[in-house]
Amino acid sequence: MKRFFLGFAVVSLLIAGVLSYFASGDPDGLDKTVEDTGIAEHAQEHPFAGSAFADYALGGDDRFTGLAGVLGVVVVLGLSFGLFWLLRKKTKA
Amino acid sequence: MSAIAMHMSDGLLNAPTSVAFLVVAAVGVGVALVKARADLDDRTAPMAGLVATFIFAVQMINFPILPGASGHLLGGALAAILVGPWVGALCVTIVLVVQALLFADGGLTALGTNVTNMALIGTAAGFAVAVALRGLANRGKGGLAVVAFVSALVNTLLAATGFVVEYAIGGQGGVEIGQVALLMLGFHALIGVGEGLITAATVTSVAAIRPDLVHLLKGTRSPLEVRS
Repeated sequence: MKRFFLGFAVVSLLIAGVLSYFASGDPDGLDKTVEDTGIAEHAQEHPFAGSAFADYALGGDDRFTGLAGVLGVVVVLGLSFGLFWLLRKKTKA
Repeated sequence: MSAIAMHMSDGLLNAPTSVAFLVVAAVGVGVALVKARADLDDRTAPMAGLVATFIFAVQMINFPILPGASGHLLGGALAAILVGPWVGALCVTIVLVVQALLFADGGLTALGTNVTNMALIGTAAGFAVAVALRGLANRGKGGLAVVAFVSALVNTLLAATGFVVEYAIGGQGGVEIGQVALLMLGFHALIGVGEGLITAATVTSVAAIRPDLVHLLKGTRSPLEVRS
């Protein structure tokens, strides 16, 4: 059981940390829709656009996308594991 | 360009609509928090954490759908099939919150619509389809793959429809709704194929190793299959 969970975590780390460099940089379906229709003109800059890890980079430097991905994996795992562990029924193992 | 999973920015909808969907999302997540408890125990809680983590990772991977356009996993059906609809909605919500706060991906006032579309509508739609087809899912790997694919395709299309409805209610720019719908659903039909393939591959992989951790298959497998 522990091996399965460890494997699942490692796969997520590799996807976010390595495979992320090969992702398409083109706008996604939603972004393309709002660009093509002009709705995007109303988009406001994100309040945290200047933050350290904005846009899955480090200080705007895309070379650190993998690092941002690994950080995200660690943060999501910590938050979600903590929440679900607190919410669980404490009956059977 | 880096891997960027793009969610709705602030400003695409007017303020009252954004606030209304923040309320919708808060109520939905609140209900999910209460209902999720029944599906979480010492075994499924770590699994749920890993499902959220996996969705975050895979959402970073934009795949090409047309020249100049890409798509990425939304994750609702994947989460619902593996950990159930309530826990699944919470998984996707956690991902969206971290993306908005840490990576400036998805606006803050737009968090209500992003959560409503991907965490609530996407997960509910994916689960509804998966449950309707549960008989097929129990018939082996091929059946489960088909169910996962179709659930994920529907989850993607309905999440995209969520945006169309929200734009119709309070969108900025006065673009004709038919045009928004055509583009959104056209792109997301293609994205849904990718979502379907990723979901089918993930769910069948988990089922091959740990079928007991696939929520959709719980309590429906014969004892013989469980033992194998």
